Amino acid sequence: MFVLRGYTVAMPEPFGAGGGPIDLFAARGQMGFSLGWHIILACFGVGMPAFTVFAEWRGHRTGNEDYIRLAHRWAKAMGVLFAVGAVSGTILSFEMGQLWPGLMARYGQVVGLPFALEGFAFFIEAIFLGIYLYGWDRLPRRWHVLTGLPVCVAGVASAFFIVSANAWMNQPRGFDLVNGMPVHVRPWAAMFNPAMPRQVLHMILAAFMVSGFGIAGVYAVGMLRGRRDRYHRIGFLLPFTAAAIIAPVQVIVGDSMARFLATNQQTKLAAIEGLNETGSHVPLSIGGLYSDGRMRYALRVPDALSLLVGYRPGTVVHGLSEVPPADRPPVNPVHLGFQVMVAIGFGLVLLGLWLALAWWRHRDLPRSRWFLRLSAISGVAAVVALEAGWVTTEVGRQPWIVWRYMRTSDAVNPVPGLWISLLSLLAVYTVLTVAAVYVLDRLRRQRVTAPQEGWTEEYTP
Amino acid sequence: MTAAQAVLALAWAGVMMYALLGGADFGGGFWDALAGSPRRGYGQRRLIEHSIGPVWEANHVWLIFVLVIFWTCFPIVFASVASTMYIPLTLVAFGIIARGAAFAFRKASTELWQLRLFGGAFALSSVVTPFFLGAIAGGVASGRVPAGLAKGDIIGSWVNPTSFLGGVLAIGTTAYLAAVYLTADARREGRRDLADAFRHRGIIAAVVTGVVVIGGIFVIHQDAPRLYSGLIGRALPIVVLSAVAGIVSLALLAARRYALARITAAIAVAAVIWGWPVAQYPLLLPPHVTVMNAAAQPTVLRTTLASVLIGLVLLVPSLVWLFTLFQRSRHAEPD
Repeated sequence: MFVLRGYTVAMPEPFGAGGGPIDLFAARGQMGFSLGWHIILACFGVGMPAFTVFAEWRGHRTGNEDYIRLAHRWAKAMGVLFAVGAVSGTILSFEMGQLWPGLMARYGQVVGLPFALEGFAFFIEAIFLGIYLYGWDRLPRRWHVLTGLPVCVAGVASAFFIVSANAWMNQPRGFDLVNGMPVHVRPWAAMFNPAMPRQVLHMILAAFMVSGFGIAGVYAVGMLRGRRDRYHRIGFLLPFTAAAIIAPVQVIVGDSMARFLATNQQTKLAAIEGLNETGSHVPLSIGGLYSDGRMRYALRVPDALSLLVGYRPGTVVHGLSEVPPADRPPVNPVHLGFQVMVAIGFGLVLLGLWLALAWWRHRDLPRSRWFLRLSAISGVAAVVALEAGWVTTEVGRQPWIVWRYMRTSDAVNPVPGLWISLLSLLAVYTVLTVAAVYVLDRLRRQRVTAPQEGWTEEYTP
Repeated sequence: MTAAQAVLALAWAGVMMYALLGGADFGGGFWDALAGSPRRGYGQRRLIEHSIGPVWEANHVWLIFVLVIFWTCFPIVFASVASTMYIPLTLVAFGIIARGAAFAFRKASTELWQLRLFGGAFALSSVVTPFFLGAIAGGVASGRVPAGLAKGDIIGSWVNPTSFLGGVLAIGTTAYLAAVYLTADARREGRRDLADAFRHRGIIAAVVTGVVVIGGIFVIHQDAPRLYSGLIGRALPIVVLSAVAGIVSLALLAARRYALARITAAIAVAAVIWGWPVAQYPLLLPPHVTVMNAAAQPTVLRTTLASVLIGLVLLVPSLVWLFTLFQRSRHAEPD
């Protein structure tokens, strides 16, 4: 064991050449960018199979061909998104080692299990997606619908595993430190850490919201352009309704997460709220900028934060000043990210209520074109909320990569020139983005020209 | 067999699967590049596209599996290789992105200039990616990646004779595999002309790769003597198996026994993949880091092993079903 000890114990401290602030910033930028990119595809991989399989099942049940046509179209789009997601996911697994070898060398064994399990879930999803796409018109109907189910389950399972690994970074468990190295590693305890249940649920619901509002947005655009046939209506209503039902549940889960932070990760909550001093009767700051240790220009709701955290105005909320300045996250991105996420979340709840109200009154979509206009951008808004939420939780954990155990600066690869890697990656991802959008757009437009055209031309000889 | 050995063997089986399945995808891109003018190469390109299409980029899953097993069970190995080799790994990443994007673009393109551009990008990235993967393997095998964060030479670790050999060998084997696989695909689709074309290419690729291997023996002898002694020592039976399987598949190709040639070609490449770890065992990062001193805690190894075995119980039948579905469907409907 001496070789391993000799190298790893000497590892974190002496970071001389490379690993400077610019390279650290570049590494964080690269990881943030490629994760932020991948998470959008991942959301569709989690949420879209359920919508697709449900539509196919409804189609067979009701004999309504529009459901089947929608399901087939969505299945093809899933195929494209999945392939692109496989690419960006592969890149991420590289980056774990290229950018954060310090994290992987020391804690890879603690947090590796959920990644290994996710590998299998992803694999199963890939296989059954292949069967689902290839078996269209080739397998008996009932069997075909059933082959879609493993895709749904595996997609949700992937989210579960990956987010539980992320939750571990917030609430590291399942190991003891001896001479700086983890011993007595308990992989299941690491995976089932206290932050896991809420964070996993929050992310899975977010995935359904992003994919639901995202798909609905495409058909809302079509309806705004005058295509108000049954196909478009179903294409809009099915995913939109699902996402709109989830939206208020998401608010409740999010609220519970914030309260979890109040007891388990107080610094992050303090950064979210821009709270410097610990105290009771803490107001809720809406908007505003944090500088010199206080929130400026914010709209203050008296006692509101204390009420939200403990249901009593006297509830004590802990501020940033409780930890040394070197252990505090940057407040503004965290505060802003959180505000954006919450604002969009409530906006989406209201949009869903609008539909519910109209449906209750006259069994139809709201007559105002503004409803469709807002719905058309609801998918983009959901993506913005998703990214803002990730900025909140990731930047809010800084300067730690493993909360209170390892600093991000100790995890980064100490080589020089990481910023070159960042810049070239940005360029290459631009190409990948254009490719994905272009192909998806073609998929969509083929339907517009002739519904029965392009029926089976893809994925078949 | 200890848990560490078992996990290592499973990870290496993942490497083999990536080489045999993902490698053929890369090789398809190689032949795509050499298929000639758009008109002349149309049939070949369509066959390649058709063979890759259903599994489009999904074979990277094998690579992800291997990386994850290494970072969980041999974290110091993963961290050392990834940090020292971050430049070639970045190039591999670019190759994978460009390949996935270009394939998608080309499939959706109709204009000739678009087909040329994206076809070119697809082909180039299909050659660049295996080259750098091979170069990384060469750097590790020749003992240029010490344990620790970026402790190796960030240039010299992958710019050296063994890395160059590894890269060329990777291109050669992927091209060889793809050509052999495509002969059988072409015949199944009733395209005898294409089958003959790929038979011809398969034979050339086999001969060229064989020559590279023979030349490579001298490179390894000079540049990585420890690996050399392992290859002519403990790994000798595997090396011989690879050579025999390679020669047999040449004969089978010549005799147009494509289905059998497919199997022997896969054996030849699989033997190359297994020859390396057998030659350097128990070293993971020569000259110092061994399986024993790089392995994670026993609880981690056992848990991962159990998870992987349970995962395989789910995975293998699904995969078999997928492959049989593809094969059956293609039989049922000749193009």
